[in-house]
Amino acid sequence: MPKPLEVTLPSDREVRVTRTFNAPRTLVWDAHTKPELIQKWMLGPPGWSMPVCEMDVRKNGKYRWRWRNDSSGKEFGFHGTFEDVKAPSRIAHDQYFDPGDVGGSMPANDPAQITLELSESGGVTTLVSTMRFVSKEARDGAVGTGMTDGMEIGYARLDGMFAGKPA
Amino acid sequence: MQSSDRLDLTFAALADPTRRAILARLANGEASVQELADPFDMSQPAISRHLKVLERAGLISVDIDAQRRPRRLQPQRLDEAVDWIERYRKVFEQNYQRLDALLDELKSRPAQRKRARK
Repeated sequence: MPKPLEVTLPSDREVRVTRTFNAPRTLVWDAHTKPELIQKWMLGPPGWSMPVCEMDVRKNGKYRWRWRNDSSGKEFGFHGTFEDVKAPSRIAHDQYFDPGDVGGSMPANDPAQITLELSESGGVTTLVSTMRFVSKEARDGAVGTGMTDGMEIGYARLDGMFAGKPA
Repeated sequence: MQSSDRLDLTFAALADPTRRAILARLANGEASVQELADPFDMSQPAISRHLKVLERAGLISVDIDAQRRPRRLQPQRLDEAVDWIERYRKVFEQNYQRLDALLDELKSRPAQRKRARK
């Protein structure tokens, strides 16, 4: 079984997420770099799809991601440039927030710096993703985008179901 | 105070083992400064400084009417900090559970795996 996801705060501008996967590193790498695979999982809460996923995975290559809410049609996205690409172990890129028509509290002009590190041991891959924001306010605001709010509603509904109450 | 500033104070207050031990003690019930100082090899003024940090972060309160001025845990602020981390965790966990399923699918399809490796 994969270990539970771990969230830590290495500094007041950073968030680090650690997770293990029961799969070889090359597959986890593919799932993070090939658009047709990314679009199957990087979807956030139910009700969102990812109509745009462009990836030019090489140093100075660009990427563009865009999500759409299937019921409201509202969209937002991220885009940026790959600064370091070492298959299948490390990707570093900057990340600009495009609030689209969803809004949100992340700054649109100051990019976050994202590093993804993959290591493999005995067929189990450990993923460490570090997000470094321009300020602590940006870090704290990054969970306040429309997408996570939608997710909160989804979880609240689920909590209600498990508590045996109507959501 | 902005919730972001409050979180700063909370996380800074929690980033010290003595202060975490004080909170753990107060989770069992209120205690005076002397009672809190006893288990530590620390002077009362040193413990008082830690208590100030915890108070400023809203993690504890003082009952100034009681003679021994007991400190009490204020769990709301701690809950806020936990909630904030939990929101991050949920966002990623939902994606990664889908990724688990996708990886299982890729592992069971050797042809695709070979192609994916180039």
